[in-house]
Amino acid sequence: MTTETVPVDAGKAGDAIGVERLEILTRGIGRENPTFVMLLGLCPVLAVTNSVTNALAMGLATTFVLIMSSMIIAMIRRWVPKEVRIASFILVIATFVTVVDYLLQAISFEVHRALGAFISLLVVNCIILGRAEAFASKNSVGDSMLDALGFGAGFTISCLCMGSVREILGTGTFAGFPLFGPDFAGWSIMILPGGAFFVLGSWLLLFNWLAARKAGRS
Amino acid sequence: MAKPPVDQVQAAETGKEASGLSMILTMGIIGLISAILIVSAYQATSEPIKRNKAAFLEQAIFEVLPGTTRKITFGVSGGVLRPVNDDEPREYSYYAGYNTAGTLTGIAIEAAGPGFADTLRILYGYAPDCHCIVGMTVLESRETPGLGDKIETDPVFRSNFEALELQLDEGKAQILHPIVLVKPRQKTDPWQIEAISGATISSRAIADMLTANTARSIPFVEQNLEIFSKGGTDDN
Repeated sequence: MTTETVPVDAGKAGDAIGVERLEILTRGIGRENPTFVMLLGLCPVLAVTNSVTNALAMGLATTFVLIMSSMIIAMIRRWVPKEVRIASFILVIATFVTVVDYLLQAISFEVHRALGAFISLLVVNCIILGRAEAFASKNSVGDSMLDALGFGAGFTISCLCMGSVREILGTGTFAGFPLFGPDFAGWSIMILPGGAFFVLGSWLLLFNWLAARKAGRS
Repeated sequence: MAKPPVDQVQAAETGKEASGLSMILTMGIIGLISAILIVSAYQATSEPIKRNKAAFLEQAIFEVLPGTTRKITFGVSGGVLRPVNDDEPREYSYYAGYNTAGTLTGIAIEAAGPGFADTLRILYGYAPDCHCIVGMTVLESRETPGLGDKIETDPVFRSNFEALELQLDEGKAQILHPIVLVKPRQKTDPWQIEAISGATISSRAIADMLTANTARSIPFVEQNLEIFSKGGTDDN
């Protein structure tokens, strides 16, 4: 795993900065994927990914909170004393979690019911606090938002990977649309917590195998 | 970007500590901005949230009272039953359903109780014509996916609530046969609920809250049936 807290040097040539920004944006999706590589924020990944809709809603809610809190934390980073740094970050994160909770209730009451307490628990999600502490508190607003977007996208993709497999095998549907006809008997284990661990393990196997193959090639 | 005289990185490097006042001010300002944001979000979304909740409840009422096309909310305050607006405060709520002809189809009543995980909230529909429960839906549940949540999906369990008998005694003060839970495939009487195999605790929770709630609500509904029936012909 590479270091992730190197501030962008404003003096670099334009191309180099562009490449560096692209790297900031994309590393959360692949090389430093929060779920499949860093194993962060697994609680909602295991708990609410029993359907594609729930997985997508959880991913988007997390991305929203990540981007907004990273933006604010990067803005105020120079004025927050280090002694109250974490408390201030939690306050900012809790604010946006509350906002997203209201928004979700206003947009889709059904999805909000399905996600239950896991939206409120985003306050203590280690991906969000981790990016705030490791990146947003040391980098510019633009870079912090790019980093948050990348990690949010990585988390959303991970949730969708989990939710797709679990819903297809567990109920024979994808986002509610039946795939195998009325005679399909779903594998109930897939929508239970045990199935979540099994699917996560399978995705980790795939990611590790891909990483090992890439390392072997290089 | 121009740097302010001292930022947290510099402070950490030089070992300079922030003053207590500066810490309080920082957290106070962040708290104030947070409060403004949260209250703004609440005010912007409160109306759509209220609409969504009302639509969800209305859909649930139509589901538990088959044939219903219109509902009127009745509230009990100080022992008096009368039609109320949805946002009017009251002690208990009863949702009366009516068909297109304005005839009372039944009364939907909320019940709540402890489930396997957290509180379960349900809505059931009572039809005075057959003196029975004709529908039940879960409003709020955190039951285990695939097991406890079968109370929402299991067709055999749901069929318990198609005609669950609630006969009253002659004085309309007591239910003759309170609802009881029986083991799967052992239902013999129309006031029994057949439990779900593998979700006994959730099934029992539903049966217990229905037993307790019907003992209080159904005699009250029967004694005030005239008021509910008139609602369909009023302008309310």
